[in-house]
Amino acid sequence: MTDLLAARSQMGISLAFHIIFAVIGIGMPLLMLVAEWRWQRTGDKLYLELAKRWAKGTAIMFAVGAVSGTVLSFELGLLWPGFMRFAGPIIGMPFSLEGFAFFTEAIFLGIYLYGWDRITPRAHLAAGVMVALSGALSGIFVVIANAWMNTPTGFDMVGGQPVNVDPIAAIFNPAALTQTVHMTLAAYAATGFGVAGIHAALLLQKPTNLFHRRALAVALLVGGPAALLQPLSGDRSAKMVATEQPAKFAAMEGHFRTERGAPFVIGGLPDMETQTVRYAIEVPKVLSFLAHGDFDAEVTGLDRVPRADWPNVPLVHWSFQLMVGFGMFMILCTLLAAWTAFRKRALAENRLLLRLLVLGAPMGFLAVEAGWMVTELGRQPWVVQGVMRTADAVTPMPGLVVPFTFFTLLYVVLSVAVVWLMRRQIMKSPDIEERPPLAAPLPQGA
Amino acid sequence: MTLALLLAGAVMVALTAYVLMGGADFGGGVWDLFASGPRKRQQRALIAEAIGPIWEANHVWLILVVVLLFVCFPAVFARISVALHIPLTLMLIGIVLRGSAFTFRTYDSQKDEVQRRWGLLFSWASLITPLLLGVSAGAVVTGNLPAAPPTGFMEGFVTPWLQPFPFAVGLLALALMAFLAAVYLAVEAFAGDLQDDFRLRALVSGVAVFATAMLTLALSRRGAPIVWAGLTSSWWAPFYHLTVGTTALAAFWGLWTRRARLARIAAVAQATLILWGWAAVQYPYLIPPDLTIENSAAPHVTLKLVFIALVAGLVLLVPSLFYLFRVFKGAPSQPAS
Repeated sequence: MTDLLAARSQMGISLAFHIIFAVIGIGMPLLMLVAEWRWQRTGDKLYLELAKRWAKGTAIMFAVGAVSGTVLSFELGLLWPGFMRFAGPIIGMPFSLEGFAFFTEAIFLGIYLYGWDRITPRAHLAAGVMVALSGALSGIFVVIANAWMNTPTGFDMVGGQPVNVDPIAAIFNPAALTQTVHMTLAAYAATGFGVAGIHAALLLQKPTNLFHRRALAVALLVGGPAALLQPLSGDRSAKMVATEQPAKFAAMEGHFRTERGAPFVIGGLPDMETQTVRYAIEVPKVLSFLAHGDFDAEVTGLDRVPRADWPNVPLVHWSFQLMVGFGMFMILCTLLAAWTAFRKRALAENRLLLRLLVLGAPMGFLAVEAGWMVTELGRQPWVVQGVMRTADAVTPMPGLVVPFTFFTLLYVVLSVAVVWLMRRQIMKSPDIEERPPLAAPLPQGA
Repeated sequence: MTLALLLAGAVMVALTAYVLMGGADFGGGVWDLFASGPRKRQQRALIAEAIGPIWEANHVWLILVVVLLFVCFPAVFARISVALHIPLTLMLIGIVLRGSAFTFRTYDSQKDEVQRRWGLLFSWASLITPLLLGVSAGAVVTGNLPAAPPTGFMEGFVTPWLQPFPFAVGLLALALMAFLAAVYLAVEAFAGDLQDDFRLRALVSGVAVFATAMLTLALSRRGAPIVWAGLTSSWWAPFYHLTVGTTALAAFWGLWTRRARLARIAAVAQATLILWGWAAVQYPYLIPPDLTIENSAAPHVTLKLVFIALVAGLVLLVPSLFYLFRVFKGAPSQPAS
């Protein structure tokens, strides 16, 4: 393993690990907030119980997210000092803003988690709003920085050095809006479906458990709409990538030859020798439409890109296929849930829906991982598209396979520990059968 | 005063906040490791209660330091990241283990062997991390971080920090954080035997701060001449030593006479002075002998925007932090419902 590959692998594993917790840190506050708000509106104590239980899980996830995020902020320099020296002054602004957003999130999460008995319910709910807002914002700021790596703006290159630096123009880079919307929706969808899947599994065992019924409804309320909106945002992202990063777009589609009326390629094995995609389903002209809104538009293929600048086509193609596939499955679940609710049937009594939701529990997270594989692998060999190569950004430090191995082991151990702890938390969930809602007086100040 | 100097000051303020608050959380972990005597269990409970709600917020000061460095002084961040790759990576592992083990222990409901192991991991990581943070800071001030891409592994990535002086700074950092934690915990224990436990610990670690500070000063003569020169022959050195000495004595007197709050003020002042003394000796350098605040600063427009963001951020942050500490560190409030 070369040092460059080790550095990329370490960065990849750190991001892949952190993103799970980052997504949960964005999604869970919204779920807790909905549950707590329902409690304050209806006085149904099950919702309060739900918010408190979810809060415990969130505390574990947030802590792991905070420390793995710290690792990343250092790794930017430890692994890519060349990139940071170049990019820091241009795109550092969103990172500073992220610092503050994350700070706000950490402060109010501390208040939210430990403050149930110390502040009024209204203040507690307000703290929850702060957590949800700042969590979403910190994700948005980080994704803006990533979007800049895909569509760098806000500087001119003169003699290999950036001049006329304009950090504001860098923030409003072309990909910023589409990428942040896509990622924020993904966070809500992944968290909502992850939680829905867990409670669906428990409902399959005990369909009358009211606690899990409430939980399922709240989780789908957050995850469902996000999953439904995601294709719209994905379409905007695809058009952006087609225009700004044709090589990435071509790799996503296994689109080797530039042509008009290009077909949409589903599945298949990209064959690098013959430059074709074998065993794929081809839908005529649809790729041209998806890329440029015109069935006869020309779609740039990999043949217009120097071979040395190609990303790993099979990996990018398959990551993209998986992301879309997982997304489609979640949409299907949402539609089925909506149909069930529309027919005034309890979600918990539709066992097919419950089974599908169990299956779908990891899919949002897998879609997030696959999507980031598309974004990051699809940009290679560049770290800053068209400006700086990943190989020129890496640290001169030798033996990088050692920290890569160590961090991989560390993250494996932490993953096992988190799963094990979450199991314990879930197993303790209350056993409350179907019966009239517990009448409880409204809390003061609600 | 230039914008670059102002932002370097902001880095220093954030670092000070990290040591005073995040550092004390690590110190708490150290006292978890050294919990002993008849009130061992109560000591650990008090430590967990003290750091539980706030450690994550306190930890963000470090992220702020990192971010401000790479945005405002990218060359400094890059050089530190290359030369101190090894101690910083080890420190990161400590940070990860401390935070996750502490949380796992808190939320692992069963009082069994597994929970004890999380506790051990938490407290050992709390001991290692400040040491490595100190080593890294000490290595910067030696003036030995290579400027050009290094030719050999040892001279490029090991010898810059594997020296007596950086390790003396590491020990000083560890002692200082443990001292701060013990003093804060003495305040939070309110009174009684538990307070005496932490008073005693504060006195012992206070002595350790003095000893490691003397060791650092002695080793700086050969290991970090810029420190030696600053602390022995600059015009402000006598005043500096007098003030640090006064705060140290005030902290000791406060601890001895059970004036825990006074001791806390004095300890905070002492730690702050130690950190700013370091800043003063290496001014105007961020990495001696060549990277100064001015010659390593990012373009002016970046500095200006970061400064605006910093002011706006602080307007949001300071009241929030104040609220956090009032909720958890003020007098016990009435339960809400």
